[in-house]
Amino acid sequence: MINKKVANINEALQGVSNNMTFMLGGFGLSGIPENAIAELVNLGVKGLTCISNNAGVDDFGLGLLLQKRQIKKMISSYVGENEEFERQMLSGELDVELIPQGTLAERCRAAQAGIPAFYTPAGYGTEVAEGKETREFDGKMYVMEEAFKADFSFVKAWKGDSAGNLIFKGTARNFNPVMCGAAKITVAEVEELVPLGELDSNQIHIPGIFVQRIFQGEHYEKRIEQRTVRQRD
Amino acid sequence: MLDKTGIAQRIAKEVKDGYYVNLGIGIPTLVANYVRNDIEVEFQSENGVLGMGPFPYEGEEDADVINAGKQTITTLPGASFFDSALSFSMIRGQHVDLTILGAMEVAESGDIANWKIPGKMVKGMGGAMDLVASAENIIVAMMHTNRAGESKLLKRCSLPLTGVGCVKKIVTNLAVLEVTPKGFKLLERAPSVSVEEIQKSTEGTLIVEGVIPEMTL
Repeated sequence: MINKKVANINEALQGVSNNMTFMLGGFGLSGIPENAIAELVNLGVKGLTCISNNAGVDDFGLGLLLQKRQIKKMISSYVGENEEFERQMLSGELDVELIPQGTLAERCRAAQAGIPAFYTPAGYGTEVAEGKETREFDGKMYVMEEAFKADFSFVKAWKGDSAGNLIFKGTARNFNPVMCGAAKITVAEVEELVPLGELDSNQIHIPGIFVQRIFQGEHYEKRIEQRTVRQRD
Repeated sequence: MLDKTGIAQRIAKEVKDGYYVNLGIGIPTLVANYVRNDIEVEFQSENGVLGMGPFPYEGEEDADVINAGKQTITTLPGASFFDSALSFSMIRGQHVDLTILGAMEVAESGDIANWKIPGKMVKGMGGAMDLVASAENIIVAMMHTNRAGESKLLKRCSLPLTGVGCVKKIVTNLAVLEVTPKGFKLLERAPSVSVEEIQKSTEGTLIVEGVIPEMTL
């Protein structure tokens, strides 16, 4: 099997530089590549364009990169819950492109699948469709959306092996699988890197062909954004 | 007049046996609490889960199991997890039967605005644009007027649109209304709310035909 395992986080992020475009998995704070984000903060790379469904919270997730003004542009679907983000956006320091969540996912998937563009009904007749080609199919209007182009994808999985095979857990899966293989280099971090052959081939969510580098994250905080519980009777 | 819980209770009556349902953030989330328990319904959350259950007991929260509102949840036996592209295949592919979501404004043409107030508030559309562009059956849950007392049921939306001509039904604290080619058709009044009060709070065309029944919850 081709070995995708890298020795450490430095090796995992080799080649990352200023003004690059990154895809980052996660929904809210669930399933975000915590270790890659921490290292991007360490490296201090700037002028980044980040494609990610959300922008973290003030002191965690992508919020850490925003605090340090490392992000030039965010492409997201929902950015509430982050005051620093809102401030930078309304003051014009940060360029923000908001796009429908399904369109975001499909633009990743299209990049992964070698499809340059597709038509979606989402956003037709709204400002999201401005300047884009529209077309009618069977009496309904659609907007043409293009595949993303990115330098690196940073994804987080539950388990993986040295061949780069990945298994996700719960709703921490979200955008991670569709970002694998959607950028020039996909860096996967996992909670548990298991020996080759331990993962059941029937249960693999993402085959290793979509992953170039894999490492086991040193630590996962897995912060909960909205802790909701019910009382025991 | 209904409170938010009342709106959720009334909408729960629209949920039918065998439905796959997507609930938006806010009032729509409450709908799950009032669905009859003699019918089988599955709740989908666009972040990648079908078969959502109630909130977890304290101490059993799992950061890897949340809904689209980022709240910790549980799943029911038979639930499934999937990625975001597959989730929106369910939505755009019209496999989800009913979408319930909130709105800042609804126009009598069925246009909806709920994601942006220019210069003030920009949280983003999340999955709302995909949901409203695709769903056959969309119910809006909202207060009839905004905090300033202005109608949210308008001739035309003033805010940036989320979708065009897509809303079919609206349940507010005052009424149940259907979007028709001629305007908002009044179907039911909230308990102890008069047609006149509804008329006063509705800027868009209100169609009142015959006696309007009071809603039952």
